[in-house]
Amino acid sequence: MVDTRVNLSGVTLSNPIIPASGTFGYGTEFAELYDLNILGSISFKGTTVEERFGNSTPRIADCESGMLNSVGLQNPGLKAVCGHELPRLAALYRKPVIANISGFTVEEYVVCAWAMESQDNIGIIEINVSCPNVHGGGMSFGVSPEAAAEVTKAVKAVTSKPVYIKLSPNVTDIVSIARACEEAGADGLSLINTLLAMRIDLKTRKPVLANKMGGLSGPAIFPVALRMVYQVFEAVKIPIIGMGGVSSAEDVIEMMLAGASAVQIGAANLKNPYVCKEIIEDLPRVMEKYKINSLREIIGGAH
Amino acid sequence: MKKGIFKTERNEKLTNDVYAMVLTGDTGAITCPGQFVNIELEGLYLRRPISVCNLEGDRLTLVYKVIGKGTEQMSRMAKGESLDLLTGLGNGYNTAYSGGSPLLIGGGAGAPPLYMLAKKLINEGKRPKLILGFNTASDVFYEEEFRKLGIEFTITTADGTYGIKGFVTDAMKVCGEYSYTFSCGPEPMLRAVYDESKTDGQYSFEERMGCGFGACMGCSCKTKYGYKRICRDGPVLEKGEIVW
Repeated sequence: MVDTRVNLSGVTLSNPIIPASGTFGYGTEFAELYDLNILGSISFKGTTVEERFGNSTPRIADCESGMLNSVGLQNPGLKAVCGHELPRLAALYRKPVIANISGFTVEEYVVCAWAMESQDNIGIIEINVSCPNVHGGGMSFGVSPEAAAEVTKAVKAVTSKPVYIKLSPNVTDIVSIARACEEAGADGLSLINTLLAMRIDLKTRKPVLANKMGGLSGPAIFPVALRMVYQVFEAVKIPIIGMGGVSSAEDVIEMMLAGASAVQIGAANLKNPYVCKEIIEDLPRVMEKYKINSLREIIGGAH
Repeated sequence: MKKGIFKTERNEKLTNDVYAMVLTGDTGAITCPGQFVNIELEGLYLRRPISVCNLEGDRLTLVYKVIGKGTEQMSRMAKGESLDLLTGLGNGYNTAYSGGSPLLIGGGAGAPPLYMLAKKLINEGKRPKLILGFNTASDVFYEEEFRKLGIEFTITTADGTYGIKGFVTDAMKVCGEYSYTFSCGPEPMLRAVYDESKTDGQYSFEERMGCGFGACMGCSCKTKYGYKRICRDGPVLEKGEIVW
């Protein structure tokens, strides 16, 4: 019997599989297909203080081994999330969830974190400083060590829950930003968000996305994500949730060997809505194949 | 929603760029006309959404226009190939409010879902009328199938090479009384039908989709009653909620 349990800042997960924010909504659609309680945790759709529609459509584009999105943080706003979505999610999923929050000012992150503090089913707060689709906000906090540290400190001051900072790959040196977050008190890091990308329609000769640029996710970015998790693991002591193109049990193990304590599954959910279930069911077989008794023992094993 | 493997039974060329594919598999999740399936294709990351044209037991007919890599790959498929489909996606048309003589209006690749809708309305004892618009005579497809339904049926072509010369809205002006409007086609046509229609109605929209089942918020639109996902809360919207 292999042991798939992992731990994130005191929160024990029965397995390391977590659907990534923005690819799983609040679980409703997937709960029609399988019992969500098999999941290690769920990072639900990113929340902002005010309701947002996001960017104009088209805001999805395809590519050979991945996809681009420029959704732009569509969500019903903090009040509706806490009042309607979280109670509904709690009815579908008994374990602690991850609250992904975004803001356009430091105060907005603080307001969101403070509201999440009183929600019993939230185990971890994940601070999105890396959304590439929001002008003037979002990613600007994730591209400088000082700004990322400022958000981290401000949020830590209003919550007792573990705070994970979700980092952008669209930077010159992700390691310096990771270090700044750790020094500012972050309990963990989530990486990576999507890579800024573009497609052009040959018929119209214009970008496919109305927003022109969007975030690339899917298998295309897995090696980049893996490299960044590997680099950051060497630089910090706090746990890392690894994400970026993870699509199979083998990818999960590879990501954990690079240094991830758990993984998030994003784009793959959109292609195959059963993918998280299939990975969880496949993990024991792949662990046995590679002679892994406990997943906790392989974290950072490639170093 | 269900995920399942379907086998291709037939794949016929109808016009220069329109094909009809018959698939067999578990169709149990498909509950009404106007819904769509999302098809996994080799070498493409995202699935391709195609509306359901007809359903008979476990046989599913998709009539699709070749517009990109995905539909091109579909057009090359032979009998006996396997395809991974998500089925039963979208809200589909609700026939409860149609009255006795609804008008169905389709444009180009928007015609196929109206076939299953017309069949359902006929089964409910209603007398639907149909207008289909195409650019030119060589673009017309599925005419015989629609004729066999035995309903009042008008074809328009923009260049006048077949049927009435003009747009579907020109045919609407002379089609007499109707109790309700169902439409599917390119957005400019939907808008023109919406403006010309004298009744309530339902309009089927399309948008570039990520998942096709409501998870990614890729295909959202604004309506009078809030934000809706074309793939999950649509693709069919009621006249009263549409914001152009």
